[in-house]
Amino acid sequence: MFTKILIANRGEIACRVIKTARRMGIKTVAVYSEADSAALHVEMADEKVLIGPAPSAQSYLVADRIIEACKRTGAQAVHPGYGFLSEKAEFCEALKANGITFIGPDVRAIGAMGDKIESKKLARDAGVSTVPGYLGVIPDEEEAVRIAKDIGYPVMIKASAGGGGKGMRVAWNDDQAREGFRSATNEARSSFADDRVFVEKYIEQPRHIEIQVLGDAFGNTLYLGERECSIQRRHQKVIEEAPSPFIDPATRKAMGEQAVALAKAVEYKSAGTVEFIVDANRNFYFLEMNTRLQVEHPVTEMVVGLDLVEQMIRIAAGERLKLQQSDVELSGWSIEARVYAEDPTRGFLPSTGRLTRYVPPAEDAHTRVDTGVYDGGEISMFYDPMIAKLVSRGADRNSAIHHMREALDKFQIRGVAHNISFLSALMNHSRFVEGRLTTNFIAEEFPDGFHGLSLDTDTNERLMAVAASVQRQVEERAGTISGQQSGARHAVGRCWVVRTERTNHACTVDPVDDGYDVVFGGKRFEVRSDWEIGQPLWTGTVNYRPLSIQLDRAGTGYRLIHAGAEMKAQVLTPRAAQLADLMPVKLPPDMSKFLLSPMPGLLARVAVEVGQEVKAGQELAVVEAMKMENLLRAEQDGKVEKIHAAPGSSLAVDQIIIEFA
Amino acid sequence: MQEVLAKLEQMRAAARAGGGERRIEGQHAKGKLTARERLELLLDEGSFEEWDMFVEHRCADFGMQEQKVPGDGVVTGHGTVNGRLVFVFSQDFTVFGGSLSEAHAEKICKVMDQALKVGAPVIGLNDSGGARIQEGVASLGGYAEVFQRNVMASGVVPQISLIMGPCAGGAVYSPAMTDFIFMVKDSSYMFVTGPDVVKTVTHEIVTAEELGGAVTHTAKSGVADLAFENDVEALLQTRRFIDFLPLSNREKPPVRVTADPTNRDDFSLDTLVPANPNKPYDMKELILKVADEADFFEIQPDYAKNIITGFARINGGSVGIVANQPVVLAGCLDIQSAIKAARFVRFCDAFNIPIVTFVDVPGFLPGTAQEYNGIIKHGAKLLFAYAEATVPKVTVITRKAYGGAYDVMASKHLRGDVNYAWPTAEIAVMGPKGAVEIIFRSDIGDPEKIEQRTEEYRQKFATPFVAGSRGYVDDVIMPHGTRRRVSKALAMLRNKQLENPWKKHDNLPL
Repeated sequence: MFTKILIANRGEIACRVIKTARRMGIKTVAVYSEADSAALHVEMADEKVLIGPAPSAQSYLVADRIIEACKRTGAQAVHPGYGFLSEKAEFCEALKANGITFIGPDVRAIGAMGDKIESKKLARDAGVSTVPGYLGVIPDEEEAVRIAKDIGYPVMIKASAGGGGKGMRVAWNDDQAREGFRSATNEARSSFADDRVFVEKYIEQPRHIEIQVLGDAFGNTLYLGERECSIQRRHQKVIEEAPSPFIDPATRKAMGEQAVALAKAVEYKSAGTVEFIVDANRNFYFLEMNTRLQVEHPVTEMVVGLDLVEQMIRIAAGERLKLQQSDVELSGWSIEARVYAEDPTRGFLPSTGRLTRYVPPAEDAHTRVDTGVYDGGEISMFYDPMIAKLVSRGADRNSAIHHMREALDKFQIRGVAHNISFLSALMNHSRFVEGRLTTNFIAEEFPDGFHGLSLDTDTNERLMAVAASVQRQVEERAGTISGQQSGARHAVGRCWVVRTERTNHACTVDPVDDGYDVVFGGKRFEVRSDWEIGQPLWTGTVNYRPLSIQLDRAGTGYRLIHAGAEMKAQVLTPRAAQLADLMPVKLPPDMSKFLLSPMPGLLARVAVEVGQEVKAGQELAVVEAMKMENLLRAEQDGKVEKIHAAPGSSLAVDQIIIEFA
Repeated sequence: MQEVLAKLEQMRAAARAGGGERRIEGQHAKGKLTARERLELLLDEGSFEEWDMFVEHRCADFGMQEQKVPGDGVVTGHGTVNGRLVFVFSQDFTVFGGSLSEAHAEKICKVMDQALKVGAPVIGLNDSGGARIQEGVASLGGYAEVFQRNVMASGVVPQISLIMGPCAGGAVYSPAMTDFIFMVKDSSYMFVTGPDVVKTVTHEIVTAEELGGAVTHTAKSGVADLAFENDVEALLQTRRFIDFLPLSNREKPPVRVTADPTNRDDFSLDTLVPANPNKPYDMKELILKVADEADFFEIQPDYAKNIITGFARINGGSVGIVANQPVVLAGCLDIQSAIKAARFVRFCDAFNIPIVTFVDVPGFLPGTAQEYNGIIKHGAKLLFAYAEATVPKVTVITRKAYGGAYDVMASKHLRGDVNYAWPTAEIAVMGPKGAVEIIFRSDIGDPEKIEQRTEEYRQKFATPFVAGSRGYVDDVIMPHGTRRRVSKALAMLRNKQLENPWKKHDNLPL
């Protein structure tokens, strides 16, 4: 076994690998860029090596720097994590040439599977069912259109070297095929330095289901069940689970055996994933094989009870798998939610900055948090905006969903925008709960984007009861102030009005031994909690049912966040509520005449001029943030009155870029 | 007896009715509450003791003798806010437009006199069309009587003005001399001369809101401290505010129970100051994490944002917080911020409220605009205020403390009681680059040499240790322990006694 390994990655996956290595008694070396000098993985590792400036092309993607770091620290092996160099055959070769073990498959397997076109041919030869398509390299737009017509629309144009949703476009007609070819090629070039793309049939109502395989150097290859990753947003996975609610044992076996056949065909020795697309009739087609640890591997670990990183390390060290296929049993259900620094209410725009508060839910038998950041840490503009992976486990799917909801309610993130509310909305979505998933789930269920969730009546009332109890607690404490007039001590009333959205809900609040009893119009809520004033997380029970609420003070009221929804509540005396009703409703200023920057970033270009007439949907400006170009389009027809920001200037969120007449 | 009681009830009812139903409706239609409704919200339920309900004006000109309303357009008395005594006057716009008559002024003076005697704050709710023109000079005299009392009460009891309607002409000078001015957006304005006069004299066309609305005064002129959305918000926030203040200069600030432990470490603070010295960070995060329950009542949040002022509690007791804000103008001091902070420091000192100062200041803002407008004199105000203050003064230098601005910001030399520095502190005459370019002027042509010298300077002076070696900082503390250390310092200083030499008054550079 190795005594020291280097992790050629950052963020949560580096931390996750370090944890396993440490448990196995292996020393760890972290590598880091200048932007990551205070990152969690650097802090966790036994040794650290600086490998270059912030951009990954000058640090995490530079194989020589990693090899140099191995030599300097005496690391015998490298775990690549996912992304970065994890599927670069040249990196593997370079390691080998320097006598360093790559914790992953052989160069040949990576090479064969890393090329999407090659891998399809290999799969076909190994008897794996594949999607109809053209596997050759496409030279130009017109050829792309011709091939697309041959296959029949809709088609998918994909980067050969792609992954993670980058360089993928769907086309429904010739124009889109042309445009798709152009943008996929550009994105492929900038993301992978390889602009080859190919075209295949686009399957409608598809599910994304993948098989985890594990092989050793002795020809033992297993499949560890499937993961369903159909909940995707623009081809980026958001929720993953194991097993799939759609797969029956026979399909599982068929998919598993094909996956193993493919793995064997390339003498695969490590953990790998064979991705399939599955149609409504459970026909499955090979998509690609990922020759690395997947982001979503924890859900498999949860249901098979194996540590995949440990298995990878053991296999790389030359150990033999101790399992046989018949030993693999799936038990329980596991769901993973990817917590991203992105604002779901603003079209999922990425957000960067300081995590002024980061308190994940506590880990227990039902909850696992794979995290790469800490309280006071930074979400850097240079890398993937993933904050953490939240994994739940339960006896069955409903229980896993239940634990996930609870964990999300307790996940406290402030300082950057995050998608917790959206993840909660997914967990509470009836179609998700029923398991009727397709990769179009998000596009179909949230066609106009995500604008927050509204709470059901029951939850609404329970939150209002908590707000009322909190106010009573605050009022009681107000009565502890020094300097009160004798005989005029502050008295706390029992009648209150919870005011939400200018609607009054009268209630009584009475203290009892371990909490408060709140009654709204004859409906009684027994609120019990050991919450103290000022704590940002309220946990307790309402009518014996557990409840977690994130509670912030907002002016003279409170903001309660629960189940992906936000409630603003003011708790007033009945008289104050009466007077509050007299206050005028003030409309927010009309900003429709302005184009505002949706995020902090750089104004890359302005596509219009003063005096120009624009049509709804027309491109107005491009804001660059997180290395991504964000196209801002006109929401309605209009005429450009003034351009407030010059190209090249940095923008704050909501800063005015263009003013319309 | 029965008859007298019936008459009493009748008179009370008349007083309560104010200007009558129609005018009350008009007041509501403008989004404003009546004088009495406002007091109901401001004071603890049932605590209001009204005085002078039967006072009427004595004007007999212009038919005024026919128009008398008991109370004469202002409701006065005392009550409690969370059990603590306050005196109040609330102008009633429904009665003669809330205009100030001699009798109206006398009512205000009466509560002010009493407040001064018993030592309790005066909260004035202003909603008045101005002088009672029919009374002529008697009304003007009334204003002056109030002004005189504002001055006498200044520094003895807290005075808070809520502007909840018009406040124009001479009337503005009473609020102007109180400690804090809170305004209501869209329904209040303050100016010495209104839009009509402005138009006649200077040909400027401006609305009342633009000329003297809540946003103008809280963001542009700095005349007012806070702007609230509506009357209810303003009054409930005023209740919250009163909880931070002692009732008079004879008392210590109030204390209330908190469950927030004083030894709460916050490790996220260890990464608050960025590695790059030119990168800003939000000082408010530090304030919120040091304060009890993250509760910070900011004063003048929209004016001179390069300095933060406001009230918080530590271990249940009120403190005034002054902090440079690196996010705005790199946190440097300029005319506006110096005036804003100086006034705040003097308020805290007058009312025995300990001052906690967080320092990250690169210096004074350079430029002709600053010099021509008297940064020398105005900057001196803050220096003066800190130097003169005898309340407990605890200072934490988080990053830059350069040059004269270091001296100003509650330094040890200005009788700072406990001065801490974070390990990231750079206490020096100026930044390393500037310093090297002066000391090693001859090397300017040689970038390599300059860089080496700069690094030398940085190593030597851009640290807290030179100041530490001279005792100018008492300790270098870890950011995560700031709350614990500040809290301990304040506990130690609880019974601090320090007196300035007797003087009639000082001569602050006004």
